[in-house]
Amino acid sequence: MTAHRPRALRAGLTALAVAAATAWSLPAAAQETVNVYSYRQPELIAPLLEAFTEETGIGTEVLFLDKGLEDRIAAEGANSPADVILSVDIGRLVNAKELGITQPVELETIDENIPERYRDPEGHWFGLTTRGRVIYASKERVEQDSITYEELADPKWEGRICMRSGQHNYNIALFASMIAHHGEEEAEAWMKGLKANLARKPDGNDRAQARDIYAGECDLGIGNTYYVGLMMTNEKEPEQQEWADAIKVLFPNAEGRGTHVNISGMAMARHAPHPDAARALMRFLASPEAQEIYAEQVYEYPVLPSAEASDIVKSFGDIEPDSLPLATIAEHRKAASEMVDRVGLDDGPAS
Amino acid sequence: MTADRLPGTAAHAAEAGAVRRPLPAAALAMAGLIAAIVFLPIGTLIGVALSGSGADWPHLVEYVLPRATVTTLALLAMVAFGSAVIGVATAWLVVAYEFPLRRTVAWALVLPLAVPPYLAAYAFAEFFHFTGPVQSALREVFGFATSRDYWFPEIRSTPGAAIVITAVAYPYVYLTARVVFLMQARNIADVARTLGAGPTRTFWRVLLPVARPAVAAGVALVLMETLNDIGAVQYLGVRTLTLSVYSTWLNRGSLEGAAQIAVVMLVLVVLLLSAEQAARRRQKVHAARGTHWRVHPPRTRLVGWRGVAATVAALLPVAAGFGIPLYVFGRYALRRLDQIADPVLLEAFVTSFATAAAAAVLAVLAALMLINAMRLSRGAGVAALVRLAASGYALPGTILGLGLLLALAWLDNTVDAAARAYLGVSTGLLLSGSAFAVVLACAIRFLALAESAVRAGLEKLPPHLDEAARCLGRSSAGSATVILLPLLAPAILTAAILVFVDTVKELSATILLRPFGFDTLATLVYENASRGAVEDGAFAALLIVATAIVPVALLSRGLTRDGST
Repeated sequence: MTAHRPRALRAGLTALAVAAATAWSLPAAAQETVNVYSYRQPELIAPLLEAFTEETGIGTEVLFLDKGLEDRIAAEGANSPADVILSVDIGRLVNAKELGITQPVELETIDENIPERYRDPEGHWFGLTTRGRVIYASKERVEQDSITYEELADPKWEGRICMRSGQHNYNIALFASMIAHHGEEEAEAWMKGLKANLARKPDGNDRAQARDIYAGECDLGIGNTYYVGLMMTNEKEPEQQEWADAIKVLFPNAEGRGTHVNISGMAMARHAPHPDAARALMRFLASPEAQEIYAEQVYEYPVLPSAEASDIVKSFGDIEPDSLPLATIAEHRKAASEMVDRVGLDDGPAS
Repeated sequence: MTADRLPGTAAHAAEAGAVRRPLPAAALAMAGLIAAIVFLPIGTLIGVALSGSGADWPHLVEYVLPRATVTTLALLAMVAFGSAVIGVATAWLVVAYEFPLRRTVAWALVLPLAVPPYLAAYAFAEFFHFTGPVQSALREVFGFATSRDYWFPEIRSTPGAAIVITAVAYPYVYLTARVVFLMQARNIADVARTLGAGPTRTFWRVLLPVARPAVAAGVALVLMETLNDIGAVQYLGVRTLTLSVYSTWLNRGSLEGAAQIAVVMLVLVVLLLSAEQAARRRQKVHAARGTHWRVHPPRTRLVGWRGVAATVAALLPVAAGFGIPLYVFGRYALRRLDQIADPVLLEAFVTSFATAAAAAVLAVLAALMLINAMRLSRGAGVAALVRLAASGYALPGTILGLGLLLALAWLDNTVDAAARAYLGVSTGLLLSGSAFAVVLACAIRFLALAESAVRAGLEKLPPHLDEAARCLGRSSAGSATVILLPLLAPAILTAAILVFVDTVKELSATILLRPFGFDTLATLVYENASRGAVEDGAFAALLIVATAIVPVALLSRGLTRDGST
């Protein structure tokens, strides 16, 4: 190695860094672009965004980011390039509002199309699709065709329930809804019962719960509706179709207070550099056209009452969503998360 | 990484600068600047932690930390034990014995380093699941029908997670131990043998004690990797301290509380590193540098079934850490051959490669300058700061990335405000959310690897080399560049390769800091994994492994060039 090489390297690197910094820090400078910070995977929203661009001529840039999306926008402050935030869980939307990184949006179409319980009362966030947190039940080993969340604590299910981590967003929202309905004390007793009924320590993702029912490890699993649709139609991994085939979808509390649903939703960033384009995108996402593309694509329920769910989703049966506003449920997220620790839900049944 | 750290063959690094002379101001300023930059993320995190009220602690102390600490310590202990045993045993096997395919095995034992722990966890969980090939075969053979008919060990458990992490991390120990064995086998071992000790006795009584510091250094890196892991433990349902950082932050909305747990973890790590340092210091007075490295040591030849057994035994860790992930993701990939032509994949490969190369260069340059400054100044302050900054390796990437993000964004916004006030223009975000931020984050995150590899190389050199040059009128900086740098080339290569490989595997800091349209192979895999469809990212996963293999292979060869593999 010669004495000059490090200096050359250093110079080259500096040049590279400067070039990179300038190239990347000026994204989407054109007015006709809307910047989306998204919890939802780019692949899943691509068809929607293409339809949007075709209709309005406004381009889109998507940044997929899950852990720390709100913190990033907060840190970027007034210079943040983010226009619209897309989330797949109520918790993240509420957190974004609490961090002060969103702004209220008033659009007639949105208010007309999105039912009140799926909107922030102050207009900071809006639901786009709902997904039921349902029970996957073994076709073979579970005879009953209806169930309640409360029943999951019944000793008759001892050693028969599978779920993913209690600290996962989707479960936290479900537990928060239990607290909202029953109060902390009763919800905690229920969670202890649920823990005692677990077949194993909570782990994996929602699909893994269906797989474990197929494998005979458990008889009931907790999971979101759309995963069933995705498994049923998975051509590339045919065994997932077998997993889906081994289970039936039970909508808990269908005859009572309704099934807990979570939302995927949107919010407008507080310092959105392209507010008009952002509003155009939000209006589009709430439109019947987008609602149907979305529902068909991801097997979720459109929030727009007149839009139809996909045939596969409809084949699970009708969903009767819990009528409690999501904003109310979200208030109990922290308590729910602490409860999971306190009860030791994630430690599994034995401890 | 400390692959060629050779304990006891040289005096302590600081002694190389025994001629005390004030460090040139420019070099000192440069080193200070670099130290400040590498300290940015952790310094910011400490600031965030201190800004918190501590309101999260009653809950944490009562319900979370005791159990999480026990789980974490158990996991660390198991991984440390597993990787030490496997690393040392395989290294000894390929150095001291001759058996079929030995050369290939010696090379292949490094391969699992190319597999990110989060992919290994997924692959192991699939492979050993009821629906996987192992249990299916068992049912076939014994005629079982359901999982209730037989018992099978659960991979989704703390021991299971330990096995997974060990399977991909033991090469750190293997590499360090092999280098020591190769060199020492030719010296101390020869003496021991002339005194009548057989190879086994030599190993236990002489070589293992001599190798202990090198093994400890390898294990320290393995343990830091274990601590920073979030993907594997989360998937396998193991409640470590790292997981409680996330639930505190994301579910309970307390970034301050999360930062406080992270800082406590850092303290643990610094203690761990100090223990490792102490272990090395005790051993530093061992004599001779290998003077006959090129002399081939007599290898004990294993013939017949013993030879085959040795081959099989040495290949077992490779089969686990490399074979199982390859099998699982290879099968998915075969069902998606159409993805090969996807331009997104090629673009992500180029991005991954460029990011990793840039991070490697940056980390090695920083490590060189910091070490040089420490060597010449003997400044305890700089050394402590660098140690603390390097210990960021043990933090989850998201947390370290967040520290950097907060710092860069603050800097950007301050510059922007000043520019607006005085120049009337907005500079916007210059650094945060740029490719540079990603490269910087990876360089800082993996500085520990570069620093320890370069330091190990330096410790191998005779201490008074550059003093001679300085006596002849060279400046300290000049002597470092002209004399030491060329001699350090192998260590520099090792450092660069290790940072490169870890950056290719890096996910969490990249995903947090990247700009629009910046996809690496790891972010592609994650995009699929996060919607419960890892299989759709199979090609990207295999490409990560493939991208890492070439440098890993280079490393394996390069480290043994002194000897004969």
